[in-house]
Amino acid sequence: MSKIIEKPKSVGPATVFINARLIDPASNRDEPGGLLVKDGIIADLGSHLRRNAPEGATVVDCNGHVLAPGLIDAQVFTGEPGYEHRETLKTASHAAAAGGVTTIVVMPETNPVIDQVSLVDFIQRRARDNALVHVHTMAAMTKGLKGEEMTEIGLLKRAGAIAFSNGKSSIVNTRVMRNVLSYAKDFNALVVHHTEDPYLSGSGAMNSGEVASRLGLPGTSKIAETITLERDVRIVEMTGGRYHAATISCQESLDVVKAAKAKKLPVTCGVSINHLTLNEHDIGPYRTFFKVRPPLRREEDRMAMVHGIANGDIDVIVSSHDPQDADTKRRPFAEAADGAVGLETLLPAALRLVHSGDVTLAAMLKALTINPARLLGLHSGRLAKSAIADLVLFDPGEPWVVNKDLLRSRSKNTPFDEAKMQGRVLRTVVAGETVYEYAGVERT
Amino acid sequence: MTSKPNSNALKVFPRRHLLTCEGLSANEINFVLDLADKAADHIRQNGKKRDVLAGRTLINLFFESSTRTQASFEMAGKRLGADVMNMNVATSSVTKGETLIDTAVTLNAMRPDIIVVRHHAAGAVELLSQKVDCSVINAGDGAHQHPTQALLDALTIRRAKGRVAGLTVAICGDILHSRVARSNINVLNALGARVRLIAPSTLLPSSPERLGVDVFTDMWKGIDGVDVVMMLRLQRERMDASYVPSSREFFHFFGLDHEKLARAKPDALVMHPGPMNRGVEIASTVADHSRSVIREQVEMGVAVRMAVLEALSAHLPSFKDVA
Repeated sequence: MSKIIEKPKSVGPATVFINARLIDPASNRDEPGGLLVKDGIIADLGSHLRRNAPEGATVVDCNGHVLAPGLIDAQVFTGEPGYEHRETLKTASHAAAAGGVTTIVVMPETNPVIDQVSLVDFIQRRARDNALVHVHTMAAMTKGLKGEEMTEIGLLKRAGAIAFSNGKSSIVNTRVMRNVLSYAKDFNALVVHHTEDPYLSGSGAMNSGEVASRLGLPGTSKIAETITLERDVRIVEMTGGRYHAATISCQESLDVVKAAKAKKLPVTCGVSINHLTLNEHDIGPYRTFFKVRPPLRREEDRMAMVHGIANGDIDVIVSSHDPQDADTKRRPFAEAADGAVGLETLLPAALRLVHSGDVTLAAMLKALTINPARLLGLHSGRLAKSAIADLVLFDPGEPWVVNKDLLRSRSKNTPFDEAKMQGRVLRTVVAGETVYEYAGVERT
Repeated sequence: MTSKPNSNALKVFPRRHLLTCEGLSANEINFVLDLADKAADHIRQNGKKRDVLAGRTLINLFFESSTRTQASFEMAGKRLGADVMNMNVATSSVTKGETLIDTAVTLNAMRPDIIVVRHHAAGAVELLSQKVDCSVINAGDGAHQHPTQALLDALTIRRAKGRVAGLTVAICGDILHSRVARSNINVLNALGARVRLIAPSTLLPSSPERLGVDVFTDMWKGIDGVDVVMMLRLQRERMDASYVPSSREFFHFFGLDHEKLARAKPDALVMHPGPMNRGVEIASTVADHSRSVIREQVEMGVAVRMAVLEALSAHLPSFKDVA
């Protein structure tokens, strides 16, 4: 039913990726082989293409590195429209390409808010003309994200809105949430909710606990997240609407989602890369680049999220890419904006979990490819014949150090500045076209 | 000359009040429809006044504003020879804080014969009926019942189609707030029609399938092959929260336009209890289409109300008894 303004597929000579380690979580494939791309589509793949290039095809030697479906990032904030000094669709797409991300889902929390058909259309046209990767937009589920009146969910979905979000705020009015989920169900629309009771979180600046107490910062308790999530699950049980908890951050929330899944409710959840790789101690001396939402929690909570990815209880990993500039970040901690950029560090940061032995490469990639594809109803996220040729080629072992000044994102608020990473994106392919290639030496 | 009370009514329609369609039997309904059929022909032929209600007093007590229903009852009463009084609630003691029961007791003391009541609260008419000695007709109580509307709808269908039994009737729109829908479900089911409800989930009451209907949230599917399409008004004044996002979206997915109507049977009737919001629940050209029987519904309204008044009046104490 939904029509999406798509990028035109590249048409021309075939390209063959030989000598690759093909990993496709959707089909449990992990084998040496090759992959043939023609007219933007995966024409063939398998071990028989490991060394043999069809005649006339351009050959890319993968040198044994991993060739996987391009990553799908289901939560990206940009500044377009309204805050273009922080990020545009174009700069975000360049950051995505450099991070091996071939599809980004942008959030409606812009100025104006994406709550009308014409604005969905605007995002799609701007993305088609300016972006290197596929861009889908969520639309607001309430007008102006105010949590009061629901938006034209039916018409917005037809216009191409891929899901419905209330941005970084929760819907407080339970009746509105019930009506949204009930109404969205009629259109089989996905509701993605940030779960946080604003009365409980109050002016909290970081996770409530010992560290907040020592730093003298107001805390946000986990319960603010879990209570709203529990409420939502009750409403899902009543209405049958499809529901995705955008980013959970603690064991208690994961338990709620697991219980909902055990009841076969249409409930899924995501976690941000920050909550898989960082904890509240990283804030150290009031470092505002570690101020995110939900706040970084304790190490036990982080490990609970990591296990959630390892055993598949958490469906999706997002970067939660949220560009902020010096105006909003160079402030006293409690006054600084939430958010961290993450598109370019998503894959290497996620590989930390693989290198530590906590998560298999397949489980990690699953949460970044096929799971978000299924959640959002996309046909990408898999290596299969006649699937769109969205690919990432990466070396999971190469060590490097993050330099925020080299990020392609217009904003540099990364929590991983000067962090040691192991694993680097070598090439990103969108609909058969290479949109990023690692040159060997980073540009300066 | 005073006509005799309808003696059949005492047997076939043994009711003092008409408060709800729930529990009305097919016999009772058909009895009223037969009377109404005659009344309709009578009006068309000569329009002469009858005197079934001569010497009787009918009070129209409307706590909620209404144009067509009040006028329809007034005309029905006058055509049957009753003295009709319209209580203008906006200037009455109700606005001075009098309770519903006090109003009822006060009116009862004036010894009317029939009171026609509309009230914004479900159950209010029944409550009032317990406090008065006369007959009470429910002209709409909240989202509960509007019996004469369902009867006039059934009459309109019966006259246009020759029958009601076996037809498939789709009731579409704001079911949640609609007394018309609830009354129609009762009457149509009693007469053997198959009822479908079409609405977004937010405008459906809970457990709608328990009402003996098929429920559709997709109008394209729900309207497929139906004999009658009954559109309801979006009752924004009863909405205290966001039930539908906009009139535009509502019309797009749940408004009756020619494309959706083409899915119904080629001879499907289009009905609407009024007042219509053109371009919200019904396209203007559909409302004025040859398949539309919306004007007939208004005409049958007077006939059905005459029939109901006549049927109930058979149970009123005769003048002799009073003497």
